[in-house]
Amino acid sequence: AMTLLPAHAFAQAAADAEMVGTPDEFLAGASASEGGLDLTAPEIAENGNTVPISVDAPGAVEVRVYALGNPTPGVATFRFGPLSGAQFASTRIRLAGTQDVQAIAKMADGSYVTAMKTVKVTIGGCGG
Amino acid sequence: GKWARLAAQQSLTQDQLLQFDTFGNVSLIHVTDIHAQLKPIYFREPSVNIGVGPNRGEVPHVTGADFRKLYGIDDGAPSHYALSSGDFSSLAKAYGRVGGMDRVATVVNAIRADRPDALLLDGGDTWHGSMTCYKTAGQDMVNVMNALKPDAMTFHWEFTLGSDRVAELVEGLPYAALGQNIFDAEWDEPAELFKPYQFFERGGVKIAVIGQAFPYMPIANPRWMFPEYSFGIRDENMQAMVDEVRAQGAELVVCLSHNGFDVDKKMASRVTGIDVILTGHTHDALPEPVLIGDTILIASGSNGKFVSRVDLDVRNGQMLGFRHKLIPIFSDVIAPDPEMAALIDEQRAPFAEELAEVIGQTDTLLYRRGNFNGSWDDLICDALISEREADIAMSPGVRWGPSLIPGDPITREDIWNVTSMTYGEAYRSEMTGEFIKVILEDVADNIFNPDPYYQQGGDMVRIGGMGYRIDLRAPAGERISDMTLLRTGEPIDPARNYVVAGWASVNEGTEGPQIWDVVENHIARLGTVSLDPNNSVEVVGA
Amino acid sequence: MASGVKPRVKVPKSASAGDVITIKTLISHPMESGQRKDSSGNTIQRSIIWRFTCDFNDQNVIDVVLAPAISTNPYFEFEAQVPESGEFKFTWYDDDGDVYDTSKKISV
Ligand SMILES: [Mn+2]
Ligand SMILES: [Mn+2]
Repeated sequence: AMTLLPAHAFAQAAADAEMVGTPDEFLAGASASEGGLDLTAPEIAENGNTVPISVDAPGAVEVRVYALGNPTPGVATFRFGPLSGAQFASTRIRLAGTQDVQAIAKMADGSYVTAMKTVKVTIGGCGG
Repeated sequence: GKWARLAAQQSLTQDQLLQFDTFGNVSLIHVTDIHAQLKPIYFREPSVNIGVGPNRGEVPHVTGADFRKLYGIDDGAPSHYALSSGDFSSLAKAYGRVGGMDRVATVVNAIRADRPDALLLDGGDTWHGSMTCYKTAGQDMVNVMNALKPDAMTFHWEFTLGSDRVAELVEGLPYAALGQNIFDAEWDEPAELFKPYQFFERGGVKIAVIGQAFPYMPIANPRWMFPEYSFGIRDENMQAMVDEVRAQGAELVVCLSHNGFDVDKKMASRVTGIDVILTGHTHDALPEPVLIGDTILIASGSNGKFVSRVDLDVRNGQMLGFRHKLIPIFSDVIAPDPEMAALIDEQRAPFAEELAEVIGQTDTLLYRRGNFNGSWDDLICDALISEREADIAMSPGVRWGPSLIPGDPITREDIWNVTSMTYGEAYRSEMTGEFIKVILEDVADNIFNPDPYYQQGGDMVRIGGMGYRIDLRAPAGERISDMTLLRTGEPIDPARNYVVAGWASVNEGTEGPQIWDVVENHIARLGTVSLDPNNSVEVVGA
Repeated sequence: MASGVKPRVKVPKSASAGDVITIKTLISHPMESGQRKDSSGNTIQRSIIWRFTCDFNDQNVIDVVLAPAISTNPYFEFEAQVPESGEFKFTWYDDDGDVYDTSKKISV
């Protein structure tokens, strides 16, 4: 017998299938070298709930972003189509606390490059 | 005192303070971090200002006798009193008060007499820090500064007036409001109200002044007061702006910055093409520029205590040389400008009685500046503990706030000068010992992170009722230990709840009486303030 | 189901053939992780946009997978080639099954 799932269950299933995952899952045993990927993020987040980050990886087909200190590290996967103007993207992310943000790019030749940046999420206050 | 008033002042004249051999073809006048101090005050420079990482032992992290030795300043000399700590109370009695915007006006006018087209640049933290500024929502300072006729300014505490009021004031400014790093938070585009830079033609030289507002505004101050804006250092955009103004023919590039000194040093090493950075925010006063690559950094103090004059020789798009003077505003030596004095009195007149009321007096030198505790903050913490019935008090490590010397009356104005802000509610809440440590570690990393871009400026949160040990060389999260409740001498229990009273919370909806009322009640009850030295913080690894 | 979802995009009105342009998008959406609890301790229902795409004349520009760590009101900025006049189509996929879209014409 076949059960028809409600539409949102299909969507949820699709979303779960497209999990960003972890760096190890993306690399699948390969190693990533440094250089060739720019990861921009603030040293200190103005607001841990909305931290601007951008990735720029000329020649990449896909870039994944991870917040290594979040309960679930996956943040986003960017896949660049034939009409992308640059392998560049910018978004805003949630960080549960001070941590390293990592980006990994998969290049057209199947190799990987990575970049890391520490973003401080602070309670705030004080000043000069 | 040790330094006879007459002997001290004999060696000091207005002509001497203003003496300057005009040089080159451009003059810059820099004032910053005035914190709404319209009248002369005392202001003690820090005795503890520790540098970390690459800045260990570098200026401005040199204080007291070490500072005097470094710059060849004799003990007891005017520069000792103006620029360094040590023997402050007796030197204050000899040399008198400093600052006063009417004296600043005299100095600015004198420089303009030498060089009529000198650029006057205000580094921000101008519309904050006094009762009159609070009660007029910055209008008193805007009126006074307009009369001084600056050419541009940048911003920090101004934003704590709230974005609507900032917009209202900025729209009416007859000079440039600059900040290349002030962005619209929603679309991450330059905020329309603030221009990144402004061109000036002076002495036949095309000058670009690029503004750099305080990068960490939404962290150090309540972001809910200005949610439309995002800041950050944005040194890539700074480089783009420098390149843009150079491409448009700028022969001299000046950055009017509120980054703080160590952040400006790092920025100067990363951004090329800036000739002069006029620094602000960390309130440092340096008698000589600091050179980073081809960029000179100027530090002009705070609270109206100094005016910097920088003369530059610019030929064919190149800065060939400079001459600099940090002019201390000795208020008994420099004559007040009568027009400015009248304008200041006019701003203060509606509040004159309130300001002047004597609440108590002090037997102890009251000051704030220093990485760990100032006696003003000890007094504020005492007030919070007794008036709010708390175990522990927290007072923000801000760097503004004038000093009072032993024997001084404490007026209501004096109390407001060290407490005035738009979020001064004194909260009272329960915190676990563990959370108190989290707060201390968090603030410590904002001051002692070895990378200046991870620092916010300011000083360590002041603690009353509790002692602790801090290891400056330890990594983040491991600097604080030996937290002790002073009342009982017992170690702080991470699991136990303590009643903590504090003020200046960045959280929206914080409730409590205003801190200036709390402090006033406490001082009125004491009558005379007499504080024991505070040895509750043990610092290692400095 | 997310309510009041409103997409906004910033695309230049015109460009020259072969230009690379910058596009910015915002969509009002709570991006509720399903992990948080409300003040009475009940789990707040998950509501996440899990995919965003931008296409130009049916060719893909960018295809993004979003985890709950993407902030409320997801924002994207990216660059696109414009080979000819046409239409950018922007699509956001909510994991409750809703699809939100908007488009912008550009002339070369
Ligand atoms: Mn300041
Ligand atoms: Mn400041």
